Amino acid sequence: MYFARALRAAGLPIGPGRVIDALRAIEAVGIGTREDLYWTLHAVFVNRRDQQPLYDQAFHIFWRNPQLLEKMLQTMLPSVAVPREEPEKSEEMLRRLAEALAGRQSERPGEEPQDKIEFDAAMTFSARELLQGMDFEKMSNAEMEEAKRMIAAMRLPIMQLPTRRFFPDRQGRRIDIRATLRTSLRGGGAIPLQYKRKRRRHPPLVVLCDISGSMSRYSRMMLHFMHAITNDRDRVHCFLFGTRLSNITRALRQRDVDLALAKVAAKVEDWSGGTRIGGCIAEFNAVWSRRVLGQGAVVLLITDGLDREGAQGLAEEMERLHKSCRRLIWLNPLLRFEGYEPKAQGARAILPHVDDFRPVHNLESLAELGAVLSREPARRLEAAGSYAELMAERGAA
Amino acid sequence: MTSPAAKSLKDRAAAAAKPLPSDVEGTLALLKAGDYVADRSLATALFLALKLRRPLFLEGEAGVGKTEIAKVLSQTLGRRLLRLQCYEGLDIASAAYEWNYSRQMIEIRLAEAAGEANRDALASDIYAEQFLVKRPLLQSLEGDLEGAPVLLIDELDRTDEPFEAYLLEILADYQITIPELGTIKAGTPPIVVITSNRTREIHDALKRRCFYYWVDYPNAERELEILRVKAPEAGTVLAREVVAFVQKLRQQDLFKLPGVAETIDWAEALIQLDKVALDPQGIDDTLGVLLKYQDDIAKIKGSEAAHLLQQVKAELAAAAR
Repeated sequence: MYFARALRAAGLPIGPGRVIDALRAIEAVGIGTREDLYWTLHAVFVNRRDQQPLYDQAFHIFWRNPQLLEKMLQTMLPSVAVPREEPEKSEEMLRRLAEALAGRQSERPGEEPQDKIEFDAAMTFSARELLQGMDFEKMSNAEMEEAKRMIAAMRLPIMQLPTRRFFPDRQGRRIDIRATLRTSLRGGGAIPLQYKRKRRRHPPLVVLCDISGSMSRYSRMMLHFMHAITNDRDRVHCFLFGTRLSNITRALRQRDVDLALAKVAAKVEDWSGGTRIGGCIAEFNAVWSRRVLGQGAVVLLITDGLDREGAQGLAEEMERLHKSCRRLIWLNPLLRFEGYEPKAQGARAILPHVDDFRPVHNLESLAELGAVLSREPARRLEAAGSYAELMAERGAA
Repeated sequence: MTSPAAKSLKDRAAAAAKPLPSDVEGTLALLKAGDYVADRSLATALFLALKLRRPLFLEGEAGVGKTEIAKVLSQTLGRRLLRLQCYEGLDIASAAYEWNYSRQMIEIRLAEAAGEANRDALASDIYAEQFLVKRPLLQSLEGDLEGAPVLLIDELDRTDEPFEAYLLEILADYQITIPELGTIKAGTPPIVVITSNRTREIHDALKRRCFYYWVDYPNAERELEILRVKAPEAGTVLAREVVAFVQKLRQQDLFKLPGVAETIDWAEALIQLDKVALDPQGIDDTLGVLLKYQDDIAKIKGSEAAHLLQQVKAELAAAAR
């Protein structure tokens, strides 16, 4: 079932169990018309609506003419009938498909292995190591792809807080009377005590990400990062700001990353423009803070602190934001430069009001972020202190 | 079921339940009878909710009179008001029902002492209705003589998602499933009013089952009407000036705009201070009744307040001419 392998490589979650199911299904239905085959396989392989276009194209390309693939790969722009409604989406899809099918080509037995295409980047371990430390700004496209994949696979642990809900637990401290009574009716004699324990959950997470010109190299990576955490857990809210603030939470809930980013791109109008940090934080405080910062949210502020408007009113707004959330963490890509000092007015206004101050420019720093989020530090950590700590670490390194 | 409670129900049924309004006009009149000044859009949403037996979902800023609607409904329709105040961690035991464990324990001991060997019989005994402690949600499914009660689920946004999910079954079919007892279904569905301050977005699935209405700040005319009803001691001049000033404040860039409740409180505060008209000093002294954030007070206090007051006086004078 090369077809299944191609689909898997194109990003559909297809395990060997599915392939066996597909074979059984074809046996049951019988190989009749192409349409029957199409829907039979569709029933087995597709279980989410957003997978459908991918499957559709893969099917037509694969079963019509395998030779078409080679042509397609040469031109990189396929001559298949693509619905024109969402060009961006289908191009992304096709690119993934092309990658997948290209990878498949060389596996076919009895054929000369063809030239690997450049973006089929099978990285060795050491290459990965290199990526870990490489700056987002300096990556080539292929490396970017790999980094995105790594981000998608990343989990972001956040410290867990006790809630007021319980679940049965043998080692629990509290007696669950309801369960106790129910079990006591089963056995006789003594009443076996059943215990329960408080359930723990992570607090909501709110991400405010700067997409102004100075951040443009990072913002795409950050979007991937946001997409990964949005689909990893509930209660995540994402906002982008440049000259205005936009809430992109719903767009990111789309499971397919390319589709999600296409939606975001369509929604947001101020890519790579100027920055009005003060104005945008003010807008967030006025319109959104009460709606998303309830229940003790943790806020990630991703910005380089370069404000076009000379940080007007930023300090007051930062103070309000800081006081209305559980923890405020500032991620700054500029922090990677040796000797960076938050001298810009914007940065100086933000610094006194954050609990934590981290660099974010490569995968390593994102992974570190996970570690930071998973421990609950003393509330209102002086960010200046953590900044000094960071510098001391650097000096030691 | 004849209990002492049932007797008092009979007494209350003497003040027989009023029928539901038959059109939007009737709904408006009903609210008016309860001293609630509503605009037509709200009356329409309420009428539809009553008519089609769907919950009414009211969202809006604090202090615009969301909770008041449920209170007025129960009062004018002569129904019992069951209020469920939400908070984070609200669970089924305090919202819907709980077993009375101590009584169950005693029952088990008694059965053992009596040499009761049949465990199944015992199980059906201790999970009988008399051991059930009913909380607001379950109570709301039991109609009484006056008709179905009004169930107010207040500030739903304070709860967490699991509780919201639990509400879905209740709001869709007006029934609660108790594992040990079975499903309890309402004969006549209660009138459900849900309020939210939007400190968190409520899930779409829940909103879908309700009629949604965004309760906004009233316009000057309606606010004046509200003041006349709620603070009748205020003189005409004072009432007009108070409303005009608050309306002006709501156009300012403040962190928390004053709601209707604040307007009423402020009018009453000014009455207590024997004011017949607004003056800058009086405003500065009582600003804490209107604005609840220090930044906002600092912004308005002094010259800004005086300036707004000047505008208000000038506009009222122009209107009087």
